[in-house]
Amino acid sequence: MTVGHLFRYVFEPGFFASGPVHVALAVGTVIAITSAVVGVFTVTRGQSFAGHSLADIATTGGAGAFLIGLNQFWGYLAFGVGAAAFMEMIGVQRRRGRDVATGVVLGAGLGLAALFLYLGTQNSSTTGASFTILFGSMFVITSSTVPVLITSALLALATVLVLARVLLLSSLSPDIAAARGVPVRAVGAAYLMALAVSVALSAVIIGAVLSTALLIGPAATALRVTKGPVRAMAVAAGIGVVATWLGIVLAYDSFYWPPAGRGWPVSFFVVTLIVGGYLVTYLRRGDRREAAAEALDEEQVCSPA
Amino acid sequence: MFSGLMLNTWIAATAVAVIAGVTGFFAVLRGQTFAAHAIPNGAFAGAAGATLLGLNPFAGLAIFSVAGALGIAGLSRRSRPDVATALTFVMMLGVGALFVSWSTEYAQEAYSLLFGEVFGVSQGEVLPIVVLGVVSIAAIIVMFRPLMLSSAMPEVAEARGVSTRRMELAFLLVMALATSMTVPVVGALLMFSLMIGPAAAARSLTARPVLAMALSVAIALVTVWVGIAFSYRSNWPLGFFVGIMGAGFFLLSRAYAAIARSARGLQAPPAA
Repeated sequence: MTVGHLFRYVFEPGFFASGPVHVALAVGTVIAITSAVVGVFTVTRGQSFAGHSLADIATTGGAGAFLIGLNQFWGYLAFGVGAAAFMEMIGVQRRRGRDVATGVVLGAGLGLAALFLYLGTQNSSTTGASFTILFGSMFVITSSTVPVLITSALLALATVLVLARVLLLSSLSPDIAAARGVPVRAVGAAYLMALAVSVALSAVIIGAVLSTALLIGPAATALRVTKGPVRAMAVAAGIGVVATWLGIVLAYDSFYWPPAGRGWPVSFFVVTLIVGGYLVTYLRRGDRREAAAEALDEEQVCSPA
Repeated sequence: MFSGLMLNTWIAATAVAVIAGVTGFFAVLRGQTFAAHAIPNGAFAGAAGATLLGLNPFAGLAIFSVAGALGIAGLSRRSRPDVATALTFVMMLGVGALFVSWSTEYAQEAYSLLFGEVFGVSQGEVLPIVVLGVVSIAAIIVMFRPLMLSSAMPEVAEARGVSTRRMELAFLLVMALATSMTVPVVGALLMFSLMIGPAAAARSLTARPVLAMALSVAIALVTVWVGIAFSYRSNWPLGFFVGIMGAGFFLLSRAYAAIARSARGLQAPPAA
């Protein structure tokens, strides 16, 4: 039984109508690795909310592109990058200000989502459209966009890796970075763009929920159990890939499980595995201090040196 | 526009705007915008589960929003708040995906939970919303001083014996309470826009807490009222107008604050 056959059992017919499954699977692995590596910086910089918002807004772009008959992928990318630019523009550099800027942009993006979906349901009667916002429409990409997709993923990955040193320094102590002549704001903006591209990509393939899970979960777990950014990136990528594959296998196994008898969703398994993995690190550190509120930045221990 | 069924819509939306204005002000002040997004959206999974079991969706919303608040507060004790929120959120949505996959006829209802059914508010729905609004605002008024202190100056609050952790939990629970009733009416997405946009705008206009809170409520009210009027005329979704106007108010007040600052040449209140 080929991988392709296997997956046709796991997912409902039509889920994969638009492309060979093994290509989608390969892309999924690329996404898991990219998300994990980018995620290490997202967690270090405290930008989880931005990461999630960009995924949500990117899906809005997909709905918009669908409306005007463009390839959805470009809608995802345009909205993701546009939203990142907007956040950067109105966001002050302080962490709290960034949070609010993210929220405002997300609010506007969701408003547009409501409009696009409304207009979409006017034209066609797809009631399931709203799910794309939350759960994504898995594997809706045509196989012709796969090369573009992988290229963008690699581009985002390369940007982050090239910037890694200055990015870490400017994340951990902006003042020292600035004193050393690092253009902190430009580095932050470049990073946000890379985040937008990577998140838009994973949102198009696995949906906003899983995208956030793969971005934050493995990275946060890795940062808790390892020291040093490089090792954290490697461990995070490993966790991401393992969770993705295990999730798929479990989803396959669940085909005959009650109550519906047609398989449980992959996203449920992957999310559960990732969150479970994170909670396990709690046990490991359970004997340590009862964590005086703020001092708990175990996730920040990686030092740029 | 002001008759019969629409009157329910106006009353419910007004109550929702007041709730959103007050809770949103603290969400913005405390930097818990992500939680304000996660709790309403994640609670939606609870409604999916309740529908599946044939229960009242309100029960599911209430259970899941409280569970979300507890999860965020619990994980935040030893994680960074944004990571805690993100993981709680994806877990809730993952469970939601499971519920949705089990049920067969959920799609339409999900749409209304995400985007609301503000023009279909019945008489029976108005009362609970208004009562709930009063309860959650009363809760905030009761804990106004400690909440304010622990939001603005956590260290000082701790020194005075106000537990930051307990305040956070209390606030998240109020947010959960507010959410569970408002989501079926205005939708999870709109509730979020309405909490953040007006509050962020108010915060950049003034640093005085009570004034900022009043402004936040006022802007939320204007946003919702104008939104309903436009939505009624154009038939476009209310969520669109609220989302765009929230961002618009924020940008306008940021611009105003910048102009006022340069005109006075003084150090203006910190823009949110």
